[in-house]
Amino acid sequence: MTENIKEVISRNVWKENQVLRQILGICSCLAVTNLMINSLVMGLGLTFVTAFSSLTISLLRNAIPNRVRMIVQTLIIAAYVILVDIFLKANMTDISKALGPYVGLIITNCIIMGRAEAYAQKNPPLISMMDGFFAGLGYTAVLLIISLFRELLGFGTIFGFNVNFLGFETWTIMVMPPAAFFLIGTLIWVTSNIFAPNKGKKS
Amino acid sequence: MTIDINPLVIFFASILTSNMILSNFLGMCSYISISGEYKTASSLGKSVTLVMVFTTALNYWIYKLIIVPLGLAYLQYVLFIMIIAASVQIIEMAMDRLLPDLHIKLGIFLPLITVNCAILGTTLFMVIRDYNFIQSLLFGLGSGLGWWLAISALAAIREKMGKTKVPRGLEGPGIAFIITGIMALAFIGFSGIFTIT
Repeated sequence: MTENIKEVISRNVWKENQVLRQILGICSCLAVTNLMINSLVMGLGLTFVTAFSSLTISLLRNAIPNRVRMIVQTLIIAAYVILVDIFLKANMTDISKALGPYVGLIITNCIIMGRAEAYAQKNPPLISMMDGFFAGLGYTAVLLIISLFRELLGFGTIFGFNVNFLGFETWTIMVMPPAAFFLIGTLIWVTSNIFAPNKGKKS
Repeated sequence: MTIDINPLVIFFASILTSNMILSNFLGMCSYISISGEYKTASSLGKSVTLVMVFTTALNYWIYKLIIVPLGLAYLQYVLFIMIIAASVQIIEMAMDRLLPDLHIKLGIFLPLITVNCAILGTTLFMVIRDYNFIQSLLFGLGSGLGWWLAISALAAIREKMGKTKVPRGLEGPGIAFIITGIMALAFIGFSGIFTIT
């Protein structure tokens, strides 16, 4: 094993967070963050797909010819996305409707392809699965942070529970697209400022 | 319900009010990473528009003639993504033969477009909203043009900013998101003109 499990966790969830540090997987990340429950479901769906597609790709890494690997990876990912889609349609119809096309768009989420290319190609199955799993959790964490702000300020609720005790006027803008861009920009700013001093000392 | 929407309304709405990037957040990855230079961004926008029209039209017939009659709805993602990958290849080969100049300009972007979420997103929106063929075609064209407009605008702004001092840590992607946010705010101004849901 080249890397132990703790390193995998801290790298994926914090140090090289896929969304904030690598700027991957932004598309779906912004669209579903208007409500926390949507973000949670989306994040868990993506975690599932990333973990299992990393596992599968890692198991098959010696069997897939290099030239067609992209299309094989895409098909593996698509298969798991179909599972997630069917599960959501059967068990959580409302959320499935709210997420709309974004469940299908997990296929083109760069995080999964990124983990497959950068990690699962070269590493043994179990650790690849862990890598995918924690990359997914890192993504979920970012989604929840953004949606916490958007839901709290936009609707005055958290996970649908009303917490607007002071009765402040909710900000419609937080529910609309621009707020998502501002929030992710700010989050990237904050995280890169946390990391920048470390970088300066090393170099 | 959507059947009676005028295709032209869909066309303009998909450029302005429901812009792929600014209100649906699709195709963000390449939008952020390839918007440093106006020329490259504009070429990428052109190729996306081309591929988007082509794949939307093709996927419409795949959906109507294969997926619906055979009850393959659960396989639609696999079929759509394969059609997109295949048509990108075909467009690339055809362009290499017929329009070599254009191919040299756009060539490097074409493979990237396969994994651009805006392309798959347009197809999925078309299926969910149940558009007819003309509506789908204009929706694809409008979405492509809207994407082109947004990426060119961002690239032009970033070029103008050039050496402007940006707060530490906000350089690069951070400021790009803030600019996009302001652009999205501006585009909300169009929202009274057309509405599609």
